[in-house]
Amino acid sequence: MEMKPLTRVILGLVCLLVAIWLVAPTLVVVPMSFNENKSLAFPPQGFSWQWYQNFFTNPDWSSSFLNSLKVASVVAVLATVLGTLAAFGLDRMKAGPANLLRMLMLTPMVVPGVVLAIGIYAVYLDTHLVGTLLGFVLAHTILALPFVLIAVSASLEVFDRRLETAAASLGAGALTAFRTVTLPLILPGMLSGLLFAFATSFDEIVVSLFITNPYLKTLPVQIFASITRDADPTVAAVGTILLLATTILIGGGMLLLGHERKGRP
Amino acid sequence: MSAHEPTTPSAPTRAGWAWRPFALTLPALVLLAAVIGYPLLTIVLRSLSEPQWGAQNYVWFFGAPINLTVLQRTFTISAWVTIVCVICAYPYAYLMTAVGPRVRLVLVLCVLIPFWVSGVVRTLSWVILLQDSGVINSLLRAAGFDGIRLIRTQTGVVIGMAQVLLPFMILPLYSVMKGIDLRLMRAAQSLGARPSRAFFTVYLPLSLPGVYAGAIIVFILALGFYITPALLGGPRSTMLSTLVQTQVLSLLQWGRGGAMGVVLLVTTFVLLALAAPVMRSRYREAGRN
Repeated sequence: MEMKPLTRVILGLVCLLVAIWLVAPTLVVVPMSFNENKSLAFPPQGFSWQWYQNFFTNPDWSSSFLNSLKVASVVAVLATVLGTLAAFGLDRMKAGPANLLRMLMLTPMVVPGVVLAIGIYAVYLDTHLVGTLLGFVLAHTILALPFVLIAVSASLEVFDRRLETAAASLGAGALTAFRTVTLPLILPGMLSGLLFAFATSFDEIVVSLFITNPYLKTLPVQIFASITRDADPTVAAVGTILLLATTILIGGGMLLLGHERKGRP
Repeated sequence: MSAHEPTTPSAPTRAGWAWRPFALTLPALVLLAAVIGYPLLTIVLRSLSEPQWGAQNYVWFFGAPINLTVLQRTFTISAWVTIVCVICAYPYAYLMTAVGPRVRLVLVLCVLIPFWVSGVVRTLSWVILLQDSGVINSLLRAAGFDGIRLIRTQTGVVIGMAQVLLPFMILPLYSVMKGIDLRLMRAAQSLGARPSRAFFTVYLPLSLPGVYAGAIIVFILALGFYITPALLGGPRSTMLSTLVQTQVLSLLQWGRGGAMGVVLLVTTFVLLALAAPVMRSRYREAGRN
């Protein structure tokens, strides 16, 4: 579309500002994590590795990190299995009931976090699930489920079901057809669902704040406690480590995908 | 769908699916009922039964001016966040459709990078950036605006929340704008419309479904925000979520907290229900054009 040069310049400037606004808070933690003083002032002063050291040696931080890893790994697997099964079920149902059930399964995305949190907390108090791994896994799985459902449903939508029929007409049973034809084709959707589920659980904070106890904290809960209690720059070090880890994961995934795409005709 | 297709030689497997679909969704549904359905039901019941049966908690909620102030403030802040998001997202999403693939990749990355960092950590960044001795206040002071408080104010909360929610506005807007046929604009211009006229009579109406979709998602998510107002806000920017948390965790008033939660929940679902038909008809209109 034709644009006047002036319009173009203004548009570019506005977008640059928006881009900075989006990205800046992500990067602020990096310099902060090398601060010499025990304060969260920006710009930071001096240079030291002490906050990274603190993250790896202070049991408060390392144990909450391990808890998060544990919970998120189980959640990723559980949510992917449940979500994939459900996506298949919905895909093969009549449109009416399928739409209704799909909406029902997406509700965890729109229910306000605090409302869900007090509800789950109330039930967990009665069933002694507060501060347990099982409690975290159950709550996070239901929050991660919609993301798996969306990812797998999307890949099922482009999946040509005649391929399954072809496999069946060649004598493959339902399970064999699924394993050899369907599964490889929807695997990318399942993998991205798995990643989303892991990230959702690893980052979940509102429900976690309610169902946590002093003996079992996840990383976001520890970060929140640290921000509200003291201005401990370890938080910035944790943020930087997470940023680095995510960048490596995403970068690696993109490279792999690009490689695969190039490899294929 | 497949149930209506004519019978094929593989009919036995097909017939097998007829009862299986529901069975496949059952595990997810059971977990949903146990971890979402039952807790929400508990909250509704508690709001009606504690300390005794009746509507007392709702009478209390709508009778206390402070609660109504917070409710109104929750709506006001969410509305401001939505407005800021629309204003910032519109040109950004438009630029995404107008540039080459390389620049577009950079623009997409800028939208996705916030997702790479934990929400709590991002809010921490805003606490640092917005504090009285922070960078933004220093810049403002250098520019001659002295004594502007950002942290522990509604402005600060809106800035932090809008940054978190902006991607939810940009992405649906982009997907709608991507589908707009730019030849329509060229046609309008060839018929003598100036670029601005072509934009307002052709492009803007066609992009409205994206604005609606994004605005409703942002508004609903903003209503339920908890972490950002808790860390960036002060007593004068308390939102409903914080009030719920205080009633339940600090005051152990499950009935009152529950009633507030139900108000928040019902508001969210009413908005969703109101939005659904509007969005659907807008999409259909856009499709017809």
